[in-house]
Amino acid sequence: MAYWEPVTELGEAAFVQPGSTLQDITNDIARVSETRAPRGWWICFLLALSFSGIFLFCVSYLFWRGVGVWGNTAPVYWAWDITNFVWWVGIGHAGTLISAILFIFRQRWRTAINRFAEAMTIFAVICALIFPGIHVGRPWLLYYVFPLPNQMSVWPNFKSPLLWDVFAVGTYFTVSLLFWYTGLIPDLATLRDRSLDKWRQQIYGFFALGWRGSNRHWQHYERCYLILAGISTPLVLSVHSVVSMDFATSVIPGWHTTIFPPYFVAGAIFSGFAMVETVLLIARSVFKLHRVVLMRHLELMNKFLLLTSLLVGYAYSMEFFIAWYSGNPNEIAHFFVNRPTGPYWWAWVWMIGCNVFVPQLYWSKKLRTSIPVMFVVSILINIGMWFERFVIIVSSLNRDFLPSAWGYYRPTIIDVGTFAGTIGVFFTFFLLFMRWLPMVGMAEVKGTMPQADPHLASHRKVDGVPAPAHGELVAEGAE
Amino acid sequence: MEPKAAAAPRRTPSLVLAEFETASGVLHAAEKVHQSGYVRWDAHTPFPVHGMDRAMGLKDSRLGWIVLACALTGLSGAFVMMHWMNGIDYPTVVGDKPPGAPGTVPSMVPILFELTILLSAFGAVFGMLFLNKLPRHHHPIFASERFRRATDDRFFISIDADDPKFDVDATRAFLEAAHASRVELIEEDAS
Repeated sequence: MAYWEPVTELGEAAFVQPGSTLQDITNDIARVSETRAPRGWWICFLLALSFSGIFLFCVSYLFWRGVGVWGNTAPVYWAWDITNFVWWVGIGHAGTLISAILFIFRQRWRTAINRFAEAMTIFAVICALIFPGIHVGRPWLLYYVFPLPNQMSVWPNFKSPLLWDVFAVGTYFTVSLLFWYTGLIPDLATLRDRSLDKWRQQIYGFFALGWRGSNRHWQHYERCYLILAGISTPLVLSVHSVVSMDFATSVIPGWHTTIFPPYFVAGAIFSGFAMVETVLLIARSVFKLHRVVLMRHLELMNKFLLLTSLLVGYAYSMEFFIAWYSGNPNEIAHFFVNRPTGPYWWAWVWMIGCNVFVPQLYWSKKLRTSIPVMFVVSILINIGMWFERFVIIVSSLNRDFLPSAWGYYRPTIIDVGTFAGTIGVFFTFFLLFMRWLPMVGMAEVKGTMPQADPHLASHRKVDGVPAPAHGELVAEGAE
Repeated sequence: MEPKAAAAPRRTPSLVLAEFETASGVLHAAEKVHQSGYVRWDAHTPFPVHGMDRAMGLKDSRLGWIVLACALTGLSGAFVMMHWMNGIDYPTVVGDKPPGAPGTVPSMVPILFELTILLSAFGAVFGMLFLNKLPRHHHPIFASERFRRATDDRFFISIDADDPKFDVDATRAFLEAAHASRVELIEEDAS
């Protein structure tokens, strides 16, 4: 049994549409950057670009007037900005999960979606980093968080979870970028070698670093990839754990919870998978990637969503249990009264509905293999996960320990515009990536195809694998 | 104006390039090249071919040692930084803990971990490029038009002219006998 063969007994199908040649894969994926962009791309791009414009406007206005243009006020000083930060960082996590953890577990179906997911990680983390950056109020003093000698002769406080966050998210962004670029090198070389005009050849060639597919290089390259996957796996688990410690190390009911690190990681993977799916479905239909992105991949992702939804649901129910078990009246009041019946009950309903109930549709094979259903569900999950962070942050803060200090937080139009704007920024980056870079890892996909197996013999008849076609599957005997 | 007679430079062979259509073809040819004692040669494939490292007789990659060194640098560097900054240079007492190690080691864990990972990642990527001698944008092999398919769907073996066993005709005949679908000689201008 070769590694590329689907286990038909388990209902598996081929990773790549059967009958595809190696060159089909190159053509399908490289073609995107070589031909004119389809109209769908332009529509999406202009839409995303206009939202980026809204973002630029909102941020400029914020810098001009100050943080007062947001709705943040006593007692809710952490509101949409931190909600958005946590939401965006969480979305990034699925990218690393797909590229690193599934790589280590030899889940070869990841090759269809990993490049996408990694790109998504990078752009999501960029969007995430914007928020703490603009929330500090005096962005020109942002360098205080770095351990740099400064005029006050004071160093950062390394016991602060907020500083851990700087290191965790900074490391995460850097490592994700390195991982993504390493994966891109052989594919950039493919684009370089296919290019017909000088400019393309020079630009792709520059970034391909002179890659020539040498096996002596592949050896170190594969080891590098394995090590990056190995170190990214604990890294991705650490990042959202550290993000959760921003909350968990405080004494606020609703934040002061030891379950937060795994709970945040599960939620991050959940929302990230949903976002990968949203973007993938758009790209698949705009760029016609049906040969590489099969229903099998989508169905596997939906099973992952179902699993992580159950994990998140478990965490939600544990919060109730621990609040009751602690016997602390503030905790009990927060989880049993404030969240479900307090002023933000509607956000809580969105959170539970979208994250726990909607994904249960995927128990049905018919629903988890339906493109329209999965598109809507993936968006609902992202809405639900945004509300989860909103519930954690805003509903925990708005009712302080003293009822006289209670307040109701309302976002301003600038809050909304900044958030919607980062979605535009994300998609602007993403659409440029889809247009100009190979959005599926060609070398990696080829490695999962029957043609990649050097021990394949022509006389061996395997289900789902085509007869040898024009020299692609020439057997050992034919040499 | 240069004199016309000097316009045709002397060409010297730089490598022989053999093309194969399948992964198994290139793998078996690589075994033969390795067995017949060539040392300065390489296989070029659009994706890593399973078993090729063994067929070529390559030793295990040393990259892991580079990464280990970087990881330890990151770990100890992070410790020294935090201990010195918060414990010695400007003692910072937060949460009633004595400043610096050992009292604050638990709160150092996240940053110790993150910097270990960060430097390991730098070590992995830049170490890989160092071992591969990349970036190298100019290589005689790129002179071949057909070699463009090495990153698409064709498999190649190249034998360098500075290999002790290299001989233009013998090496060419050897590769043809190894079932190469096409063999070409790549020459460069003698310097």
